[in-house]
Amino acid sequence: MATKASRSAARLMMAPAVILLLGWMLVPLIMTLWFSFRKYLPLRGGDLGWTGFDNYVRFVSSSAFWPSVQTTLIIVGGVLLITVCFGVLLALLLDQPMWGQGVVRILVIAPFFVMPTVSALVWKNMFMDPTNGLFAHLFKFFGATPISWMSEASLPSIILIVSWQWLPFATLILLTAIQSLDSEQLEAAEMDGAPVLKRFWFIILPHLSRAMTVVILIQTIFLLSIFAEIFVTTGGAFGTRTLSYLIFQRVLESQNVGLGSAGGVYAIILANIVAIFLMRIVGKNLDA
Amino acid sequence: MSLRNALRAATAVSTITASGALAETITIATVNNGDMIRMQGYTDDFTAKTGHEVEWVTLEENVLRQRVTTDITTKGGQFDIMTIGMYETPIWGANGWLVPLDGLSAEYDADDILPAMRNGLSHDGTLYAAPFYGESSMIMYRTDLMEKAGMTMPDAPTWEFIREAAAAMTDRDNDINGICLRGKAGWGEGGAFITVTANSFGARWFDEDWTAQFDQPEWKEALTFFVDMMAESGPAGYATNGFNENLSLFQQGKCGMWIDATVAASFVTNPNDSTVADKVGFALAPNKDGVEKRANWLWAWALGIPAGTQKEDAAKQFIEWATSKDYIELVAAKEGWANVPPGARTSLYATAEYQEVPFAKMTLDSINAADPTNPTVKPVPYVGIQFVAIPEFAGIATEVSQEFSAVYAGQQSVDEALEKAQAITTEAMEAAGY
Amino acid sequence: MARAVTPKRKAINTALAWAVGLLIFFPILWTILTSFKTEAQAINDPPIFLFFDWTLENYAVVQERSNYMRFLWNSVIIAVGSTIIGIIIAVPAAWSMAFVPSRRTKDILLWMLSTKMLPAVGVLYPIYLLFIELGLLDSRAGLVIVLMLINLPIIVWMLYTYFKEIPGEILEAARMDGASLKEEILYVLTPMAIPGIASTVLLNIILAWNEAFWTLNLTAAQAAPLTAFIASYSSPEGLFYAKLSAASTMAIAPILILGWFSQKQLVRGLTFGAVK
Repeated sequence: MATKASRSAARLMMAPAVILLLGWMLVPLIMTLWFSFRKYLPLRGGDLGWTGFDNYVRFVSSSAFWPSVQTTLIIVGGVLLITVCFGVLLALLLDQPMWGQGVVRILVIAPFFVMPTVSALVWKNMFMDPTNGLFAHLFKFFGATPISWMSEASLPSIILIVSWQWLPFATLILLTAIQSLDSEQLEAAEMDGAPVLKRFWFIILPHLSRAMTVVILIQTIFLLSIFAEIFVTTGGAFGTRTLSYLIFQRVLESQNVGLGSAGGVYAIILANIVAIFLMRIVGKNLDA
Repeated sequence: MSLRNALRAATAVSTITASGALAETITIATVNNGDMIRMQGYTDDFTAKTGHEVEWVTLEENVLRQRVTTDITTKGGQFDIMTIGMYETPIWGANGWLVPLDGLSAEYDADDILPAMRNGLSHDGTLYAAPFYGESSMIMYRTDLMEKAGMTMPDAPTWEFIREAAAAMTDRDNDINGICLRGKAGWGEGGAFITVTANSFGARWFDEDWTAQFDQPEWKEALTFFVDMMAESGPAGYATNGFNENLSLFQQGKCGMWIDATVAASFVTNPNDSTVADKVGFALAPNKDGVEKRANWLWAWALGIPAGTQKEDAAKQFIEWATSKDYIELVAAKEGWANVPPGARTSLYATAEYQEVPFAKMTLDSINAADPTNPTVKPVPYVGIQFVAIPEFAGIATEVSQEFSAVYAGQQSVDEALEKAQAITTEAMEAAGY
Repeated sequence: MARAVTPKRKAINTALAWAVGLLIFFPILWTILTSFKTEAQAINDPPIFLFFDWTLENYAVVQERSNYMRFLWNSVIIAVGSTIIGIIIAVPAAWSMAFVPSRRTKDILLWMLSTKMLPAVGVLYPIYLLFIELGLLDSRAGLVIVLMLINLPIIVWMLYTYFKEIPGEILEAARMDGASLKEEILYVLTPMAIPGIASTVLLNIILAWNEAFWTLNLTAAQAAPLTAFIASYSSPEGLFYAKLSAASTMAIAPILILGWFSQKQLVRGLTFGAVK
C-alpha cells in the first residue's frame, strides 16, 4: 500500500521528532563523553585538560561502584516484581462485579498522581518515622518495638515507596487488558470444569503477557533513574546508593564533573544492557 | 524579551525612591529555616526603606546548596544574593566568585561582627559574606532529670562525665534517653557531629601532608566511645536522627541531654513548642579529659553576592539591612529578644535585655571557644572545625558519614567503617590531585 | 461483561476491593487529614484520626509564606505546554511509523525510548551551560522544551500503538476518495484516535507535572513550578507535619483532581495496544 510518495512524506513527518530526539540525545551524550575524558572540577577552576581514561578507571574501581549497580538492580527488580504481581491480582479483583467500582478505581490509581518528592516526604515523616510515624504507633499498639525503617530496612522501605507510586500504573494497564479478554472463552473453560488456578494460568496470564511487557518496559525506564525517593529518605546511606545516585554524588557533592560523566557513560551502558536483556525476554510479546 | 526589558525599565523609572537610586528587584536564594523565614516576613520593611523589591527562592538546605553551587560555578547569574555557609564562603571567595564586602557603611559597623564569624567568612582577611546568624554547639540538658540522677552539670564537662550522667538519666521504661546525638548521614548532619567529637578526642581529618588520618588511634577511640555511649543511653534508631529529629525528641521530653547547635536553645526554651521549656540548662560542649579542644563547631548562615550581578548596589543594601543592628532591634521589638538572630554581632551580647535571655552567655562562650584556624590539638593544613574548607570535602564527608551511620545502625564494626573511611578519603584526595 | 454472580460473591468482592482501595489511598487521605490539624495534634500519641479541631491555619501560613498561585500557574503552563508541543511533533511521526512502516521502524522506536535512559544528573552541567548560552535559565520556555523532549519518546510510542489499532483500509478508502494527506490525518485519522490522544495527553501532563529534577535545577524565582514550592517545605528546623501536609496537599491537589475527573479517559486510553 505504501507508495513512493507516501514513503517520502512519511520520512518528512518523522523528521521533526527524530531530529529533535537525536539532538536531545546527541548533544548531552557528546558533552558527557567529552567531559568524561577531561579533568573537570568546577570548584577548582573548571576544565583542567585531558586525562585519558582516568575517570573511567577511577569510577569503576571505586569501592562504591559494584554495590551501586547491585542496589540499582535490586530496586528495579523488586519494584517490578511487586507492581506486576500485585498489579495482576488487583486488576483481577477490580474486574469483578462490585458496587462502587468507579470510586475504588479512583482510590487505586490516585498514588500515580503524587509527586515523587511529596510521596517520599510523606512516607518518611508520617509513616516511617521511628517516633512519630504511624507505623511506630501501630507497632507500639501491638506491643512491638518500632523499627527504624530508614536504617534497618532501608532498601525494602524505598522499594515499598516506589512500588506504591507505580502500582496504580501497572494495575491500570493490566486491568484494561483483562477487560478485553473474551469472557465467553472464560465461561467455556468454567463450564468444562477447569479449576480457578488453571483458568488463571492458561487463559488469563497468556492474555496479559503483552500488557505486562508494556508495564515492565515503561517502568524500567523510569525506575533506572529514580532519584527523589532516595535523596529525600536516606541520602544514599544504608546501602541505598543506586548508580544514578552515585553519579549525583560525584557531580554535585564532590564537584567532579569529569568523574561523574564517566559514571554517566557507565549508566548508559547498564541501561542498554538491561534494555537488551528485557527485549530478549519480553520483546517477542511486543510486535512493535 | 525587549518588551519585558522596556517594561522593567518603565517600572523602575516610575518608582525612583527618596534616596534617588533606581528601585530594583533582587533575587535571593535562601534556606528554609526559622530565622530566614522570619526575615522574609519583614521584607516590606526593606522595601519601604530602599524601594527595592525582593524575590525569594526558598529551598531546603541540600537542594539550596546544589542549586547555588551549580549557578556560581557556571556563572549562571540567577541570584543577586545567595545564602551560603562558612564552608562555601572562603572557597568561593578565593575563586573570586563573590563580591568582597568592603566599603560597607559606617552605621553598619562591620567591626561589630563577632571575630570568630568574621574569620570564618573571610579569605585573606577580606569579608565575602555577612553572617545573618551564627552558631556553635553546646550541651542542652534537663535540669530536673539531672537533679533526679543526683548529679550536677559543671559549666565545662568532660565526655566521661557526660557518659556517666547519660547512663544515670536513662529511663527506658519511661521513654527517656540519657543523651540524643546526631547519627544521620550527611556531612552537615552526623558528619559534623562526629568530626567535632573526634576533635575533642585529639583526632584530625588530615595531617600536614593531606594524608587521611582515619587509621589513627584517636579516631578509633572517639568513634568507639560515641557508639558505646549511644548504645547505653541513646534513643533507638539514632542512626537516622539529625538536628530535626533530635529537636523534636528533646521538645517532647524524651532526652536527658542533647549536644547540638546553639540556635536550638531558643526552640527548646520556647513554651509554645517545647514541653520542657522551663527545665533546660546549658553547658559548654565536652572534651576528653586532658584534650584541650572541645566539641565546639562554628557555623554561620551568611549572605554573599555573586560576582557579576548587575544589581550589586541593591544587593549590598539588602545585606546591610538584613544583618544590621536595626534588624535585630526590629525583631526584638516585634517578637521578643529570644527570637532575634543570634551569634553574629558583638553588640547583641552587650545588650542588657539580651543578657537576660537564659542561653545568651553560653552561646557566646561556645562561639568564642571555637577556633576555625586551629580546630584540633595537632597541626592541620586546613581551615574549618566540623568541616575542611576544600571543595572535595562535602563529597568525601558525606560518604564517610554514611559508613559511620552504618556502624550506628549496627550494620558494620567501627574498624570496618574506619578502614572504608580511610579508603574513600584517600581515593577522593588522589582524584582531586593532592 | 455481564457475568452472573451471586449477591454474596458480589458483596465479598466489594468488601475486598474497597479494603484494598482504601489501603492504597490511605497515605494520601492521611496527608490531607493531617493538613487540617494543629502541629501538636499532628504528632499526637496516639494518632488522632478524625476527631480533632479542624483548622485552616496551616493553609493560611503556607499561602502567606509563598506565592502559591505563581508556582501553580508555572506548573500548569509547563505541563500543558510541553504536552501540546510534544503531541504536535509526535502525531506525524507516529502516523508514519504506524502506516508506512519500514524495516527500521521498530529500531527507531526502541532507540527513542532508550534516550530516556541517560541519567539526568550526569548532564546537569552541560545543559546548564547550554541554557546560560541560550538565555533560557529560569524561563518557562526553557522548561517546556526540556520536558517536551523528555516525554517525547513516550508520546510517540503511545500514539504509535493507538494508530496501529486503526485499520489501514479506512485510510486507503479515504485516499481513494481523493483526500490529501493532510485531510486524511485531520479528518479521518484524528477523530478515530481522539481517545488515544486524550489519554496520551493526560499521562504526559502527569509526568511533566511530577518531574522534579530539571524543574528544580533550571529555575529560580520566575519559572519555578510546584516541585520547587515543595522543596521549601521539606526538612525545616523542627518537625512541621501539619504544614508539610498542607503544602503537599496544595502541590498534588490540582493534578489529583484532574486525574479523578479524567480517569475514565485514562483507563480507556492506557491500553498501549494491549487490547486485541
